[in-house]
Amino acid sequence: MKFDRKDILGIQDLSVDEIHLILETAESFLEISTRPIKKVPTLRGKTIINLFYEASTRTRTSFEIAGKRLSADTINISSSTSSVVKGETLIDTARNLEAMNPDIIVIRHSVAGAPHLLAALVKQSIINAGDGAHEHPTQALLDMMTMKEHKGKIAGLKVAIIGDIEHSRVARSNIYGLSKMGAHVALAGPATMLPRDIEQMGVNVFTKVEDAISDADVVMMLRIQLEREKQNIFPSLREYSQHYCLNRKNIQLAKKDVIVMHPGPINRGVEISPDIADDPSFSVILDQVNKGVAVRMALLYLLTGGSE
Amino acid sequence: MKLLLTGARVIDPSQSIDSRLDIFLEDGKIAKVGTNLSKSTKTKDSEKITKIMDLSGMIIVPGLIDMHTHLREPGFEYKETIASGAAAAVAGGFTSIACMPNTDPVNDNRSITEFIRRKASDAAMANVYPVGAISKNSDGSQLTEFWDMKEAGIVALSDDGRPVMNSALMRRAMEYAHSLKLPVISHCEDISLSAYGLMNEGYYSTILGMKGIPSIAEEAMVARDILIAEFTKTSVHIAHVSTGGSVRLIHNAKKRGLNVTAETAPHYFTLTDEALQSYDTSYKVNPPLRSKQDVAAIKEGLADGTIDVIACDHAPHGRTDKEVEFEYATNGISGLETSLALSLTLIGNKILKWPELITRMSLNPARILNIPKGTLQEGADADITVIDPELKWTVDARTFRSRGKNTPFNKYQLQGKAVMTIVGGEIKYDGR
Repeated sequence: MKFDRKDILGIQDLSVDEIHLILETAESFLEISTRPIKKVPTLRGKTIINLFYEASTRTRTSFEIAGKRLSADTINISSSTSSVVKGETLIDTARNLEAMNPDIIVIRHSVAGAPHLLAALVKQSIINAGDGAHEHPTQALLDMMTMKEHKGKIAGLKVAIIGDIEHSRVARSNIYGLSKMGAHVALAGPATMLPRDIEQMGVNVFTKVEDAISDADVVMMLRIQLEREKQNIFPSLREYSQHYCLNRKNIQLAKKDVIVMHPGPINRGVEISPDIADDPSFSVILDQVNKGVAVRMALLYLLTGGSE
Repeated sequence: MKLLLTGARVIDPSQSIDSRLDIFLEDGKIAKVGTNLSKSTKTKDSEKITKIMDLSGMIIVPGLIDMHTHLREPGFEYKETIASGAAAAVAGGFTSIACMPNTDPVNDNRSITEFIRRKASDAAMANVYPVGAISKNSDGSQLTEFWDMKEAGIVALSDDGRPVMNSALMRRAMEYAHSLKLPVISHCEDISLSAYGLMNEGYYSTILGMKGIPSIAEEAMVARDILIAEFTKTSVHIAHVSTGGSVRLIHNAKKRGLNVTAETAPHYFTLTDEALQSYDTSYKVNPPLRSKQDVAAIKEGLADGTIDVIACDHAPHGRTDKEVEFEYATNGISGLETSLALSLTLIGNKILKWPELITRMSLNPARILNIPKGTLQEGADADITVIDPELKWTVDARTFRSRGKNTPFNKYQLQGKAVMTIVGGEIKYDGR
């Protein structure tokens, strides 16, 4: 199959075949990261700009490593060090970057739709590395890759996603991806963290974590942003952790071979107890990070014409 | 200047006229409406008639009135000036417009009101009726001098752009304004519910990951204002109704005989929040585009008379206001030059009949604002809109008279257009 997409803006846009192709390509790249010399010449002479308007450690580093292992030149721009602080608009920044002829621009932005604005404007490929509470497609791809490896398949899995669904781009991208791939998604969180009409996305929605976890193959815990307490989204971290934290007790409701995932960074003791996060019989959290590099390598490769 | 308009279908709801008639304009007034005026006027007075216009196939209506526009001057002249806004008005078929006070400085005192009127008079396009602010600087804390501003020429009061969150202040405003026969136009939005919202709260805000503005943010305030109007035996006009719940509240209030009127804008019966999927900032407007169900309720409210007025909430902006990330973009649509054609779709869709539409775009706003307009009665000001109901045209924002090219309707194929706009007997726009 030929991959002829200009941009990766969201999982919503991707077909099942495209997701399969990306995951298979990523699987073939996994091995590169295990070599003593972790570099192949595939993208030699290509330029990738990581344009980050929002703080990120994992995703930015992952994209940078992915580019470097494929021998691309990667440049990182973060909003605090760029002309953003001088008042330059996103559109002007984009046009200036475009004039320098990079091949791919990876963008993270706190505003939903910012990558779409960029994609419509410049001829380069745009990869959305997270836009507001909208989508985080590379995270969902690495999550699906992790599930596929540990469970052998995605179709038919029961996946529980727990936490602040309303503010989570990870949840949205995973709901799109998992639904397309034939998994069943159950959500749970306080009623105040479940956005309106979310059930129309084809998911089961619960307010008790036990109901969502029950019989799950995969439990994905979302990060609780500590400032939500002040916005009256929930009464207190204490109460949240008492009822929504994944722990030794409630995990028993899931399937025996359940895997536990988290997009990071984790709040130990808030949404996930440390002994679950650190227990290799459940937790695949660091494996997700490992898969992240391969997925991003695959996208960089496919967007620069690798499937041709 | 004397004008004899012949051959057109004349629709004047104020006199229940809908037939082929001639209209004779003299000295800025409507001198005569009748049949075969060319004969009588020619024989008696032929040398004085400067122009006879054959308008066969056209529809003549009392000059359209848009009671909700933003002209941006003083303060934001790069978005619009009073002159460019008034020119956009006549190009859209509007002979009179009311302009909201959210300029910089806010129209909260006589000198700003006088400034607006002077600029409008210099522009000499549409009639411009200033709306004064309810509270100083529209910050919701202290009443402005309603009486003084009325003497200077305001026709209504509103803090539009912002709600009056303080219910006690709203009550006092409605009582005091009522005693001066000034309507209060309420921007209904409970900002504790709408804060940081970018679009209608529902399925689309959920999948787009954008903070929603719930319909109850509007409806809670509509309910409050109806209660204040009832309790104080005054009246209120609800601006830019966007939700089915608001329509229901207003419908019930009217049924109980309360003095409540309401307006909606063309985008609220034309577009839904589904359009936001493109993240196109031209769809960003406040109140936001709502759901399919809301759009259906707005149409029903227009059909049954719950919604008295179509006003476009003309909100021109510069490119820098809209060519940014969605969250940072300003709210508003430059509407004066598409409002009529979009409203004419209501006739095509059998929601309104011609006289009903003209009532909502001319007679009713005149009545609510207490201005002597909206009629073709002999002796009235010769404010006339000539509409070609068959003309098919494509919206091209670049050709707008308005400085604001911000419209989601660019490239829309529409049918029906104002082809001539006469204000005070003078042709201010001729697009034939």
